Amino acid sequence: MSEKKATSAKFYVHDLDLFYGSFQALKKINFQIAANRITALIGPSGCGKSTFLKTLNRMNDFVEGCKITGDVQLDGRDIYTSGMSEIELRQRVGMVFQQPNPFPKTIYDNVAYGPRIRGVHRKSELDEIVETSLREVGIWDEFKDRLNKSALGLSGGQQQRLCIARTIAVHPEVILMDEPTSALDPISTMKIEDLAVEMKEKYTIVIVTHNMQQANRISDTTAFFLLGELIESGPTQDIFLNPQNKKTEEYITGRFG
Amino acid sequence: MTEVKNEKKARVEVSQSLIRRARAVDNIWTVVFYLVALFFLLLLFAFAGYVIIKGFTGAKPEMFRFDRNGVGNYFFNTVYLVFLSLLISVPIGVMGGIYMAEYAKDNAFTKFLRIAIETLSSLPSIVVGLFGYLIFLVATKSQPNLLVGAICVAILSLPLMTTTTEDALRSLPPSYKLGSMGMGATLRQTIQSVLIPACVPRIITGVILAAGRGFGEAAALLYTTGSDTNIKWNPAAWVNPSLNPFNPLRRGGTLSLKIWTSFTASVGAEDVANLSSAILMIMVLSFSILAHYLEGRIKKKMGDTK
Repeated sequence: MSEKKATSAKFYVHDLDLFYGSFQALKKINFQIAANRITALIGPSGCGKSTFLKTLNRMNDFVEGCKITGDVQLDGRDIYTSGMSEIELRQRVGMVFQQPNPFPKTIYDNVAYGPRIRGVHRKSELDEIVETSLREVGIWDEFKDRLNKSALGLSGGQQQRLCIARTIAVHPEVILMDEPTSALDPISTMKIEDLAVEMKEKYTIVIVTHNMQQANRISDTTAFFLLGELIESGPTQDIFLNPQNKKTEEYITGRFG
Repeated sequence: MTEVKNEKKARVEVSQSLIRRARAVDNIWTVVFYLVALFFLLLLFAFAGYVIIKGFTGAKPEMFRFDRNGVGNYFFNTVYLVFLSLLISVPIGVMGGIYMAEYAKDNAFTKFLRIAIETLSSLPSIVVGLFGYLIFLVATKSQPNLLVGAICVAILSLPLMTTTTEDALRSLPPSYKLGSMGMGATLRQTIQSVLIPACVPRIITGVILAAGRGFGEAAALLYTTGSDTNIKWNPAAWVNPSLNPFNPLRRGGTLSLKIWTSFTASVGAEDVANLSSAILMIMVLSFSILAHYLEGRIKKKMGDTK
């Protein structure tokens, strides 16, 4: 904690460069992500917003030939060089994917998965975690009578909320969401958005979205990426009502993208 | 005006006749495929029916006994040998498959391993039997026994178990692995708690095939298990370990060997061979039906509606 910066930022990113082989996917990114806020990352396909999201819990480690330079600090500790294990990091920084990806297990076992791999095995303890996690995402009443049914039989929206419950079952501090509603219908999308807004009291949320209305509706801060560069970031209202950069304006008004 | 209309009409008619032709061809091929399927179904029924009926019509009651004259002990030996071989081939094969799918780097060593596995899978079983005979019996100065036979059968089914597991792991959606690793699980935890459970139905298919191979295997056992058997079911006789049915280090001929020796050794033992064939047939059939039922239940439990 000695290297903690004098800032309330959850994530502090300084001069981040990321290469896939010889292709530079992120260029000199400087950005801070505030705690207990929703930060939206927007930009056209291939702009680097998902890549940036994945650097925050080192999911890029699985991509061969991926090289990262610069600082990415979580609460003042560099997640790449301070010796923080990716295991610890990913417990603190959970991830929700574009396609709902429940495991082919029961609803109960999906939520209990994270606690179990961390050594929680007592039934009463697991029962409690499963219940509170499902309650938190608002699907306990819906699911409590079929906890032993397979998660694969649920609808896409239910699956995605189950995945969020699975993520929060290990009490992360940050939740990364990679276009979490792009595979869902409008009603499920609305439920996930409401949930995200509710959850920001307890968690820091970073969401990648293609949907500009979504960014506008739920986020506090918006960052606009283009061709691997962070073009503009700031309070969401400012970005949407009064963008400083011409590229940002063109994108949010739908002139390209 | 009318000319344009006629041209249009002509074009429409051409396409109509094309469609009719395509439909007719489609129907013909549908019938052809049904006939092929029917042919194989009939072949299976005729074959299985013939073997089973012939086996049981020539059978005498004493042949069913679990003693020197009956095939009961050979039946037991077959089941026990397959059980022992699966005990060896399933854990090693599954671990080999996990290594190939999740740990092996894309390099020359892995390529070499892959060639070795492919070669092993096409090895004639008599060669494996001879290998088992030379290594496990001659070199260790042992008598033929069930365990060596089981090792040989395990060697034969090892490539199958390995490739089945590897293919099953590779065909899983990458999102399972990412989802688990993204929560801070290690690779080992991910494999053990998410990937392998998701592969169980396909691994069971591999076990069925491996067991089927074990039930029918004769050549690999010719030199390794001994073709006769003299186990006793009276526990008092077990002071001599070679009479104890559960001792894997005793001689133990299987049904397939019984078929072989009945036909070659003595005249008039054909009835015993036929009955052995019938029993073997029923074993293989009921084992696959059971295993498929099991596979279906597990899939259903996991919510896989395919």
